[in-house]
Amino acid sequence: MDPLVPRLRIADLFMAFGGVVALRGVSLEVHPGEILSVIGPNGAGKTVLLNCINGLYRPQRGRIFYDGQEITGRRPHERARLGLSRTFQKIELFLGMTVLDNIRLGRHVHMRTGLLQGAVYHGPAAREEEAHRAFIEREIIDLLEIHHVRDAVVGMLPYGIQKRVELARALALAPRLLLLDEPMAGLNLEETEDMARFIIEVNESDRWQVTCVLVEHDMGVVMDISHRVVVLNFGEKITEGSPAEVQANPEVVRAYLGEVEGIYATRR
Amino acid sequence: MRHGGSAPPPTREITRDLTLPKLLVERVREFGDRRVAMREKEYGIWRSITWADYLARVRELALGLSTLGLRRGDKVALIGHNRPEGLWTEMAVLALGAVAVWIYQDALADEIQYIVDHSDARFAVGEGQEEVDKLLGIRERSPRLERILWDDPKGLRGYDDPVLLGLAEVMGTGARLADEDPERFDRMVAEGRGDDLALLFYTSGTSAQPKGALLSHLNLLKMGQHMMEVDPVSPSDDFVSFLPFAWIGEQMMSISCGLLAGFTINFPEEPETVQQNIREIAPQVIFSPPRIYEQMVRTTQVRHLDAPRLKRMVHDWGLGIGYAIADRRFARAPVPAYLRAAGALADVLVLRKLRDHLGLARVRDAYTGGAALGPDHFRFFHAIGVNLKQIYGQTEIAGISVLHRDGHVKFDTVGTPLPETEVRIAPDGEILSRGPCVFQGYHKMPEETARTLRDGWLHSGDIGFMDADGHLVVFDRRKDVMTLAGGSRFAPQYLETRLKFSPYIKDAWIIGDGRPYVAAVICIDAAVVGRWAEERHIAYLSYQDLSQKPEVRALVTEAVRRVNTGLPGEARVRRLVNLHKELDADDAELTRTRKLRRVFLEERYAEVAAGLYGEAPVIPITIIITYEDGRTSTSRIALHVVTVSPDAPGAAT
Repeated sequence: MDPLVPRLRIADLFMAFGGVVALRGVSLEVHPGEILSVIGPNGAGKTVLLNCINGLYRPQRGRIFYDGQEITGRRPHERARLGLSRTFQKIELFLGMTVLDNIRLGRHVHMRTGLLQGAVYHGPAAREEEAHRAFIEREIIDLLEIHHVRDAVVGMLPYGIQKRVELARALALAPRLLLLDEPMAGLNLEETEDMARFIIEVNESDRWQVTCVLVEHDMGVVMDISHRVVVLNFGEKITEGSPAEVQANPEVVRAYLGEVEGIYATRR
Repeated sequence: MRHGGSAPPPTREITRDLTLPKLLVERVREFGDRRVAMREKEYGIWRSITWADYLARVRELALGLSTLGLRRGDKVALIGHNRPEGLWTEMAVLALGAVAVWIYQDALADEIQYIVDHSDARFAVGEGQEEVDKLLGIRERSPRLERILWDDPKGLRGYDDPVLLGLAEVMGTGARLADEDPERFDRMVAEGRGDDLALLFYTSGTSAQPKGALLSHLNLLKMGQHMMEVDPVSPSDDFVSFLPFAWIGEQMMSISCGLLAGFTINFPEEPETVQQNIREIAPQVIFSPPRIYEQMVRTTQVRHLDAPRLKRMVHDWGLGIGYAIADRRFARAPVPAYLRAAGALADVLVLRKLRDHLGLARVRDAYTGGAALGPDHFRFFHAIGVNLKQIYGQTEIAGISVLHRDGHVKFDTVGTPLPETEVRIAPDGEILSRGPCVFQGYHKMPEETARTLRDGWLHSGDIGFMDADGHLVVFDRRKDVMTLAGGSRFAPQYLETRLKFSPYIKDAWIIGDGRPYVAAVICIDAAVVGRWAEERHIAYLSYQDLSQKPEVRALVTEAVRRVNTGLPGEARVRRLVNLHKELDADDAELTRTRKLRRVFLEERYAEVAAGLYGEAPVIPITIIITYEDGRTSTSRIALHVVTVSPDAPGAAT
C-alpha cells in the first residue's frame, strides 16, 4: 500500500436535513496508522460525518475515497467488507444475546461457508468456525479483558462492559479503519483509562495497526491519544492540526467553549 | 472410608537426599507425557501441560537463569497471579539451588521494596506490565536487585530498560544450552540436598514488620507426605490453584502435595473467572482460608434473598434436613432411616445443586486454615454434604501440624496432630509443636528465631488446649486474648467469626480489653446491605451514608443480638457502631490474608473505640482522604453508637 494515499479522503461533503445543514463542505484526510479525532460542540455534525463515512447517510454533495478508491455510492455492508468498521454512541448490540454471539456477528463478513455447509457442519464449516473462534479469543477477548463475561447476556452487563463489547464487535470485522463514536461517553475514570488503553493498543500493536477516527467529548482523552485533531463547528471545519496546535487556536477556544479559558480540561 | 481414587497414590520415602526438583524428575520418569501435570484455561480453552512439558520448561528456565549468573543460595523474588509460568519459574529457581520468595500480587511498592531488600534478592520476576512497573519503581531503592524478568508481553512494548528481560528469551537460551549439554540440568539437580533452603515466606505479620520464614526442601516434602498419609490423593485428582503463591497453603498443595501425589493443578483464566473455572473443574481437593468459604456462604445467602418464595421454601426445607443430619453426625449419633431418606431427597432437590454452584460437586476433602472459620459456616458446609475439615498450622511449620480426620470433625476444634508431629500445650497455654517440618529460622533475624524456636519446639504464639478427645482447641492469638475490666477472658476472634455469618456483616472488630464490656465495630457488606436498602426504597449516597441509616443500624443490631443470645452474659456485645468504610489491606488495616491488624486499628480508630465507651450517642470523627495524586481532603462525619439491649428486641438508640 502506498503510504502517501490517505486511508480516507473526504472532499467537500455536504449534508442537509430539510432546512438544517449538518455538513457544509467538509474536507479532510485520514492517514494510515493515525488516530484522528473529530471534536466540536453538540450539533457540529460529528456523528453525521461518521454516518456518511460508513454509509448510513448518503451526502447530497461531495465524495468519499477509501484507500484511493471512491466509495461514495457504496452501501454500508460493502464498505464493511472493505475493512471499515464502527462503534455507536448509543450501544447497538443485541441485548438478548451473549457477548460471544455479538462478537461473532461482527465476524459475519468473513464467513465463507454458507447455510448448507453449515447445516452439514463437518469439514470446512467446522474448521472455519474454529478459526473464527480462535481469532475472537486471542485477538479480541484477551485484548479487551472480557474473559469473565464471554458467555453472559449483554443486557445484564454493566454499561462500562457493554461499551467494551461494542468495541469488540467492531474489531471482530478485523477493520483497517475504525470509526469510534464517543467510546468514553458515560464511563468512569477507570473505565475511560481502560478504553483509551485499548484504542492505543489497537492503533499501535503490530497485530492490529488500525487507523482510527475518534469522535469524543472527553478532551483529556482526545488530547492524550490523538495524532491529529479536526474541529467542526456548525457543519464547517474550522481548523485541524496536532493536539497542541488545536488547543492554542483562539478560534477553537471561542467556538468550542465560548468564554472558558482552556479546552484542555485536565482530568487529573 | 470415602477415599480411593482410580489409581493408588504413589508412595515415596522422603530421604535426606531428596529435593523438590529431584522429585519432579522422578514424577516425569513415571508419568512422562501420559499424564497431565497442569491445565490452564487460555483463550477460552483448557490447555493441558504434561509432566514432560513441565520438566522441559523448568529445564529451559533453569539453564537460562544460570547463564544470567544465578547461583546456589541466591534469592529470587516472584510476583504474579497463579499461572503455569509461575510454578515453572519457581521450580527452575529451586533446581538451581536458589531460594524462591513469593510476594503477594497486590502488595504495595513499599511492601515489595521491603521484601526484595530484606531477602537480598538479586533477581525479580514479575508476571506482566503491572508487576514490572512496581519493580521498576523500587529499583532505585533496592541496590542489590540486578535483573527484572517478565513473562506476559502485553503492554510492555516500548519498555527498553536494559534491566528488563523476557522469560521467553531466557527459555530460548536455556533450550540451546540443553541441546548442547543434555546432562547439565541433571547434574545441577543432583547437587541439591534435602536440607537446602527452598522457599522464603514473608509472613503477613498482624503487628510488626514482616518476618521471613525459611523452609527447606525436606520441610516441604515431609509436609506433603504427612498430608498424603492422612488423606491420600490420587494422580487422577484435580486441584485448582487460585490462591496466592505467597501463601504457604497454596505452596503446600501445589508443590508439596502436587509433586508427591502427582495430581493435576488447574489454573484459572483470569482472577475474575476463578469462580466459574472452579465450577468447570470441580476439584476433588480444595484448601482455602476462611474468607473463601465465607464468600461461598454469602453468595448462597444473597441468592436466597433474591429467590422467589417457592424456591426459598424448598431450599429452606432441604437445608434444614441437611443441618439435622450434620448435627447428628457431629454428635456421633446415629442418623435414623427416615432422616436418611429425607436427606436423599434433599440432596437431589437442593444440596447437590448448591454444591455444584459452589464448585464443590466432586469435592472429597475440603480444608480450611490460616484463620478461624465460624461454627455457623462450618455447619453450613456439612449440611450441604461437603467434608470440610479444619487444619491448624503456620508458615513456620511448612503449613500445618493439626488436622481433622474424616468422621471426627468437631467444629470447635482443629483436629489431631499429623504423623511425626508432636503438639503440646505449654504451662502458660501456648501451643507448641515439634517435627520434621519445623522451619529453619527467620531470615536475618536471629533473636526472633531464638524466641520462636526453643529446643526444637515451635512457639506458635497461639493459646489453646487439648479437649477430652485429644483434639486441639485454638482459643486465639495469645496477644489477642482479651480480659475485661471485670476479669473475664474472651477471644475476640470467636465473636468476630460468629458475627460474620450474617450476610450483612463483612468484617467485625471486637474490642474490650481492659474495658468494662465488649463492644463491636462493624463493617457492613456494601453489596448485600445496598441491595437490601434498595428493596426497601431506602435512598443512600455512599457506603458511609448507608452504614449510618437508622434502618441499617437496626438490621446490624438484630444480627448482633442473634449472636449474643448464644453467649454468656459478659461476652455479649454491649455497644456497637457501623464504621464509615470497609477495612482494607491497602490501608494497612488488614493483612494480605485479611486478618485484622488490631494494634494498628486501635491507633487509627482510637476515637471510635473511646466513643464506644462514652456517653454520647454519636462519635464525631475526622476523616482524611488521600487521592492517588497525593492531594488530601478532610471531612467530619458522625458515627451513631447503638446500645444492644440484652432483652427487648428491636430497641436501638
